[in-house]
Amino acid sequence: MYDKTARRRRAVLGLLVACSLILLTAYFGETGSGTLHGVQRGTSEVLSPIQEGASRALKPVRDLFGWFGDTIAAKGQVQELRAERDRLRSEVLTNEIRSADYDRLASMLELDGALGLEDKGLKTGRVIFQSPTVWYATIRVDKGSDDGVRVGHPVINEKALIGRVTAVFGGSAQVTLITDTTTKVPARAGPRGEFGIVEPSSAGNPNDLVMTFTEPGARVSVGDRVVTRGTEPEDRQESLYPVGLPIGRVTRIENEGTDTQEIHLRPFADMRSLDFVQILTRPRGGGG
Amino acid sequence: MTTPTAQLIARLTALGALGVVVQTAAISQLPVAGANADLSPLLVMAVGLLCGSLAGGSFGFGVGLFADVVSLQTLGVSSLVLLGVGYGAGRLREARDPEGTFVPIAAGAAATLAFGVGFALLQFLLGVDAPVSWPLLRQLLATLIINTLLALPVYALVRRCLQPALPEDPRRRRRRAPSSSPDLHLA
Repeated sequence: MYDKTARRRRAVLGLLVACSLILLTAYFGETGSGTLHGVQRGTSEVLSPIQEGASRALKPVRDLFGWFGDTIAAKGQVQELRAERDRLRSEVLTNEIRSADYDRLASMLELDGALGLEDKGLKTGRVIFQSPTVWYATIRVDKGSDDGVRVGHPVINEKALIGRVTAVFGGSAQVTLITDTTTKVPARAGPRGEFGIVEPSSAGNPNDLVMTFTEPGARVSVGDRVVTRGTEPEDRQESLYPVGLPIGRVTRIENEGTDTQEIHLRPFADMRSLDFVQILTRPRGGGG
Repeated sequence: MTTPTAQLIARLTALGALGVVVQTAAISQLPVAGANADLSPLLVMAVGLLCGSLAGGSFGFGVGLFADVVSLQTLGVSSLVLLGVGYGAGRLREARDPEGTFVPIAAGAAATLAFGVGFALLQFLLGVDAPVSWPLLRQLLATLIINTLLALPVYALVRRCLQPALPEDPRRRRRRAPSSSPDLHLA
C-alpha cells in the first residue's frame, strides 16, 4: 500500500516537473505572437478589470501605507533638507541673474518648442498593477489599444521617462520600466550632450542606472542631467523616445576616461511609487 | 498522504485563484520597507502542511502557473519553484508530522527563502544579463521577514478555508479522546 502511494506521489511530481520544463522550453522557443503568449495575453485581458477594481478599492489602504512610509522618510530627511534649503537660498540669487540670460537664449534657440510634448498624444493612465517580483520591473496601466496605445510607446510620469509599452490589451497596457534588465535607452549627458546607452546597472536596483558606450573623452560630471537622445545609435533614425526627455542625474563615474567608462545615474522618477503615468501615443508627433 | 476529494480540489482552486489575484492587484502594490509580501509561497506551504505532498505539489504548480500567466512572466518558472515548495512542505508533514505553533512560521520562512533563491537561480539560468545587486538581496531579505510574520495568519486562514474538506486529523481525535474518559468525570 505504501509503495503504491509513494509511486503515485513520485509519478505526479515527475509529471508536474516535466510540465514545467516543457512550458519553459516552449515559451522560450516561440515568438511573442505564439500560442502560449496568446493564452497569457488573453487571460491577462480577462483579469484586467478585476485587477483594476481591486486596485481602486485598495487605494485608501495603499495611501495609508504610503503616509506611514512618507512620515518616517520625512523625519530622516529633515537635516538633509535644511542643508539643501540653505544651499538653494544662495543659488536663488545666482539663478535670478541666469534666468534673464536663459529667457533670451531660450527664445533664440526655441528650446521651448523643441522640448514641447503637446503634440505627442499624451494619454494619462493609472497604475493598476506592479510586478510582485523584483526580477520583472513592469507595471500595468489602465490605458490600452482602445486609447491608441501601441507597443513601443514611451511612458513618463510627472518627473521623467519611466519606460515603454511592451504589451497592449483592449483596456490596459504593460509598461516595462527603464530599470528592467531588458531596457536600453539611447541617451545623452552633460553640457555637450555626450551620447551613450542607459540601462540598469544590476537586477533589482531601481535607484541606479548606468550609461555605457560613451566616448572615452566624454565631458560628463557628477550632477549632470541625462536625457533621451532622440535617435537610434545604430542607424541614427528617429527613436520612439523623443529627444530631451529627462532620465536622471549623474551620481558617479567609474573607469573615467577609458573605453569601459561607466556613468552611473539615479533616475529622476521613483519607480516604486508610480501612481499616474502618461503614455506618448504619438512619440514622433503629428500622426505618429 | 491526503487523497484530494472533489470538494478539496474545488476549495484549493478557489483559494489559489483568489490568492494570486489578491497578490497581483493589492499586495504587490503595498510596499513595506521597500519590499512586498509574497503570499504565493505561504499559501503553497500551508496547503502542503495541511494536505500532504501530492496536493501541495499540485497546488504549487497551479498557483505558479496562474501567477506567471497573470503577471506576463516566463511561463513555467514560478510553477517549477512552487511545485518544489509545496512538495517539500507536504513531505515534511508526511515524514515528520511536526506539531507546534512555530511550525508554520518556520515553514513559511523556509518556503519564502526556497522560493526566492529558486526563482533567482532560474532567472540566471534563463540568461538574465545583470549582476545581483545589494538592493535585490535587501528586498529578498525584507520579503523573507514580512512573510515570516505573515506565515501564521496565512496558515490559519488556509486551514479555516480547507477544514471542512479535510479528513479528520487523527492527532486531534487522539487529543479529544481523554475528555470522555471516566477519570475526568470522577474528578
